[in-house]
Amino acid sequence: MIGSVHVPAGEVVRYFLGGETTAPAWATILRELRLPRALTALICGAALGAAGLQLQTLFRNPLAGPWALGLTAGAQLGVAIVVATGSVVGSEFLRRIAFVSDLGMVAGAFLGSGTVMFIIAVVSRRVSTITLLVLGLMLGFFAQGMVSVVLHFTTETQGRVFASWNDGSFAGVHWEHFPVLLPLLAIGLLGALSIVKPLNALLLGERYAATLGLSVERARLMALGGAVLLAAPVTAYCGPVLFIGLIVPHMARGLLNTSDHRVLMPAVLLMGSLLGLSADFVVHLPWERHFLHLNAVNALIGAPVVIWVVLRNRQMRSMAV
Amino acid sequence: MSMLQLIDLSVGYGRGERATVVASGIDRRLHAGELVCLLGPNGAGKSTLMRTVAGMQAPLRGRVLIDDGDVHAMDARERAKLLSVVLTDRVEAGLLTGYALVGLGRYPHTGWSGKLSDRDWEVVEACIDRTGARDLAHRHVSDLSDGERQRIMLARALAQEPRLMVLDEITAFLDLPRRVDAMRLLRRLARDTGTAILLSTHDLDLALKAADQVWLLPSEGPMVAGAPEDLVLSGAFAAVFESEGVEFDARLGSFQLHRRSIAEVELVGGGLVREWTARAIERQGLGIWGGLGATPGIRVEVLDNGGGWELEIAGVRGRASSLADLAERLRGADGARDADVEEAR
Repeated sequence: MIGSVHVPAGEVVRYFLGGETTAPAWATILRELRLPRALTALICGAALGAAGLQLQTLFRNPLAGPWALGLTAGAQLGVAIVVATGSVVGSEFLRRIAFVSDLGMVAGAFLGSGTVMFIIAVVSRRVSTITLLVLGLMLGFFAQGMVSVVLHFTTETQGRVFASWNDGSFAGVHWEHFPVLLPLLAIGLLGALSIVKPLNALLLGERYAATLGLSVERARLMALGGAVLLAAPVTAYCGPVLFIGLIVPHMARGLLNTSDHRVLMPAVLLMGSLLGLSADFVVHLPWERHFLHLNAVNALIGAPVVIWVVLRNRQMRSMAV
Repeated sequence: MSMLQLIDLSVGYGRGERATVVASGIDRRLHAGELVCLLGPNGAGKSTLMRTVAGMQAPLRGRVLIDDGDVHAMDARERAKLLSVVLTDRVEAGLLTGYALVGLGRYPHTGWSGKLSDRDWEVVEACIDRTGARDLAHRHVSDLSDGERQRIMLARALAQEPRLMVLDEITAFLDLPRRVDAMRLLRRLARDTGTAILLSTHDLDLALKAADQVWLLPSEGPMVAGAPEDLVLSGAFAAVFESEGVEFDARLGSFQLHRRSIAEVELVGGGLVREWTARAIERQGLGIWGGLGATPGIRVEVLDNGGGWELEIAGVRGRASSLADLAERLRGADGARDADVEEAR
């Protein structure tokens, strides 16, 4: 409940207990800005963490995550295309971009990251996971290159709209976005919780998992589809949020000292929420006329944590997911 | 009743006309509680056959039945209740404990979350005890040695409570005493739990001693199968290994390390000392005279009461105090060249 306008803590408590704030503006700030932002940080943090854990286990690679596999960049490209074609559809559409076009941005993000995931899923059956990671990174860079090309054809206004989205922030989500964002993420999170057993079997590798009675094809589809379902809406509404998907699984493994997904998945949801909220907290510390970017904060919090976890575990044991 | 049936089975890769057949026309039956060792040179298709029996790979022709159910027609979960597998793949299970790993063996028996019931835990505990993996149970799999990993993986395979366990060279990581120990363990598991075990191995000696059946897969030609003793007596062993360039000694039940002898030695004496004296002589590339034809120029006599050995080479007599001594003298003898030792494996 932090931001550039100071609202006394007592007022915040009174408001949420159903009382009136001394200044009516404070109530509006809390209701329309701070509360949706905090909720967004909570669920998006959880969603990114869950997507990261699923991908790390599926690809048996500690570096896998929505960003490394190109999901984020795919979504960026999709959104860039949606923003750019806004001028074709009509300038009225663009002017109301914050409201009307959010469905378009969701669709663009889904299409972009879905395409990347599809390519990776098709190729993943033939190549090693390290090759796959290189492929994901390259697809990501390619998509980002394409973003520049697409932006070349946009107007200045469109460019500014895209740039502000591209910074990544939980602050752009308002109550009217929740009816789309919440159900999508809820399905994705339930999906993540429902595949803890297959994920555990996949710890032994796909060949062993199959001999345990797992339908590997279906598990792969669930995990990949689930990751898209979690990462694409977050990217559509908050812009590319980096690092959370990568580091939260490592934090959970390092702190709990287990790879059992029945423990790990709930822990990842909790820690993802906390990290999302803390990062947003730092971003909006009431510094005068200046605030840090969300991704910068994520990196500043996340990198030391991962380094600590990795060094604490002899021979990077926990990295072998 | 037969538990496992292989009916006119052909295994290999590819489909249709471009298929590569690795082994064909396999008809075998296996009863509950039997231990089978699959032997054969590398590249003969042991792993392909193992994977096909385990339902991990479709056969080119024929069927694999467990309790009259077709392994390749049932769904993965149903199959996992009937057969379990341990592969040569190194398992990187990260931060799973031995307990959690063996618990994964209950996978086909648990609900959506994989939560273990009291009965599941009982099975897990019993399987850990049966395989002697008690010391490994609380450790992380990533901290275990290769041999220890195979042991905990075996416990996991057993926890599936299968009718058949398919084990691909699981003794390969172990040193000799542990290999003997592992074979004894498998033998006991098969008998006690009534689980049939199909083990591929390169350990001919152990396979001959422990297996109820041996399946012998040569690089060329059909699979030969039967009780190990039958295969030795019928000369099937010798025939298969001869085609691989290795001689099989039917008397010892093991490979010949030495090529055909260049000269013979008359050996006088008896008992255990005679057996090992013969080995020392054979190691020098010499044969033991069977009593036919002319008396050879070299004679070795085992003296009673540990008195050593007397040897006579071309009429010259001498004494040897140990077999090393004897071997050295034989090496210097006319007509005896350095041992032509070949790596049998």
